[in-house]
Amino acid sequence: MFFYIVRRLISVVVMLFIISIATFLLFFAAPQDPARLTCGKTCTPATVEANRKALGYDKPLVVQYGKFVQGLYQDRLYPDDPVLQKAAPELVTVCHAPCLGYSVTAHRPVRDIIVEVLPISASIALAAFVAWIVIGVSSGIVAALFRGRFLDRLLVGLSLVGFSLPTFFIGVLLLVFVAIKWGWVDIPTYVSFSDSPVDWAKGLVLPAATLACVYAASYVRLTRAYMLETMAEDYIRTARAKGVREWKVIMRHGLRAALTPIVTAAGLDLGGLLGGAVITEQVFTFQGLGYTAVRAITETDLPVTVGIVIVASAFVVVANLVVDVLYGFIDPRVRLS
Amino acid sequence: MAFLEVRDLKVHFPTDDGLVKAVDGLSFSLDPGQTIGIVGESGSGKSVTSQGILGLHRRTSAIASGQIMLDGEDLMTASNERLRQLRGDKMAMIFQDPLSALHPYYTIGAQIVEGIRVHHPEVSRSAAKARAIEMLGVVGIPSPRQRVDQYPHEFSGGMRQRAMIAMALSNDPSLLIADEPTTALDVTVQAQILDLMRKLQQDFKSAIIMITHDLGVVADMADEILVMYGGKAVEHGSVGEVFSTPQHPYTWGLLTSMPRLDRVRQARLNPVPGNPPSLINLPRGCAFHPRCRYTAEVADGGCSSVVPGLDEVSGEHLARCHIAAPRRTEIFIKDIRPRLRGEESS
Repeated sequence: MFFYIVRRLISVVVMLFIISIATFLLFFAAPQDPARLTCGKTCTPATVEANRKALGYDKPLVVQYGKFVQGLYQDRLYPDDPVLQKAAPELVTVCHAPCLGYSVTAHRPVRDIIVEVLPISASIALAAFVAWIVIGVSSGIVAALFRGRFLDRLLVGLSLVGFSLPTFFIGVLLLVFVAIKWGWVDIPTYVSFSDSPVDWAKGLVLPAATLACVYAASYVRLTRAYMLETMAEDYIRTARAKGVREWKVIMRHGLRAALTPIVTAAGLDLGGLLGGAVITEQVFTFQGLGYTAVRAITETDLPVTVGIVIVASAFVVVANLVVDVLYGFIDPRVRLS
Repeated sequence: MAFLEVRDLKVHFPTDDGLVKAVDGLSFSLDPGQTIGIVGESGSGKSVTSQGILGLHRRTSAIASGQIMLDGEDLMTASNERLRQLRGDKMAMIFQDPLSALHPYYTIGAQIVEGIRVHHPEVSRSAAKARAIEMLGVVGIPSPRQRVDQYPHEFSGGMRQRAMIAMALSNDPSLLIADEPTTALDVTVQAQILDLMRKLQQDFKSAIIMITHDLGVVADMADEILVMYGGKAVEHGSVGEVFSTPQHPYTWGLLTSMPRLDRVRQARLNPVPGNPPSLINLPRGCAFHPRCRYTAEVADGGCSSVVPGLDEVSGEHLARCHIAAPRRTEIFIKDIRPRLRGEESS
């Protein structure tokens, strides 16, 4: 098990390395000249060249990538050039490790932007995660137990509706009716958890509900399918033949075995979602990773785009690792081989 | 009254295609320390019978009628909760394929402990585990103290079946139902498991229902044999009588279709021709008549029009056949027995 985790960790590092190269190259494959984007209409050839030098865009690609990787574990200074630093010490900005570059559009290190917006995406993702797991899995169990009967058809039907409706539709629907027309909740705004946990939770209700609707729908179907499969297994009959109470048969024997694929799917979905819920954040103007990524792309803020892509993909890769390790704990047959 | 009395048991399943009469009027009785072997092809209703006794089939999807008396208590009218209390405690079951019948995610010990503590919550976890180790020892698992914490996939097939038996016996059940307990095992392991069951029966004095398609197992283990066909008993009697003078053409078929090592290799086996009948549309008359080679023995095509009764041959020996008993014995002696003894040349 230990060596397995070590091996997987190495592959995670390799994977992130490849992703960083790919996204970094993308940066330069873009038709824009990053130095030109620094000053817009006020650009003169002189300022473009000065900014190019200040940001290190004049260096060869390999050197720039080397600096970028170095910045992941070591603080970086902008501008990097010692002559420029001396010329205007008041303009020198420190980008702490892991530094992901400097956004000229925002005049800030990318790292600071991500640190600011990540909690917003993470809050939505985690709140939605809890809601969809609780609702989706329990509805799935109920549907499986009432297979073919009214309750099953109702839940499966609802999940089909939830699954078919696009996020922006559900989000706007909730916003218009629940928040504006009926006034059950305030129009959601993000309040940081450390400022006020209550307002933090209140603000998350609608965005999390929107995401939870979509995900819960697929978890109802997933859980239902796996529960039906495991409840037909011989060991369920054995448990009943032992005289185990029916709810324990369902939870301890049935759900336990159905849990493996559910945990896999849940881990991967959460990993994906931590990288930002683009549409949900747009609908509720929560300035999380997804929102910021869209803004960065429309404003051709290349460093921020690259930074978010790397962070989001790191979540996915790590989630994969966590799921694989969890798998070993859930299924004893995996643990030993 | 006997310890277990099954009277006119019927288990029917309504389906979209029609009513499946899985068990259709079955009666037998069993005393402590006795073994009855229920024999038949797949779909003859033998497994449904056992699950009917345990109350394991869904009461919503099955229509069951008749009477099952266990130690004077009617299981047909018992509540689901009462049946649950009896299951695993007073009556236990051993299943066919121990790999799929044991939960892959729990240790053998945890599964035995669960069975003990469901019925005896006053027993502490450690005491229940001690009992589990003891039972694993009883069924002949070496170093049970280590084995108890292993998972089913770490056991060999025979060891798994032993663990399954240990689990079934851990609450000292007075009725043990074994549904093809040796089918999934190697022949040598089969013999060990049967030996074990025989020995345990002497120690625990359980009544055993042995469900199998293997007449060899029945000859080895049982006191009584019940041959089922199409959800009904076609022959029922003591093992001695049924094996010395079997009375039903289906039993003859089962006997002659058994491969045997103790005689010259035959050109081929003699399977019972045809397929098991559909339980929705049983053949008219005797359910076995389409596959029976002796229908000409009965006048006016009686086999295909009149359902034969389960009639007494002698004492406790019953058979469901239109051919007169003396004539059946004659056919058996002239036609079947020589084949069983390998005197036939073909």
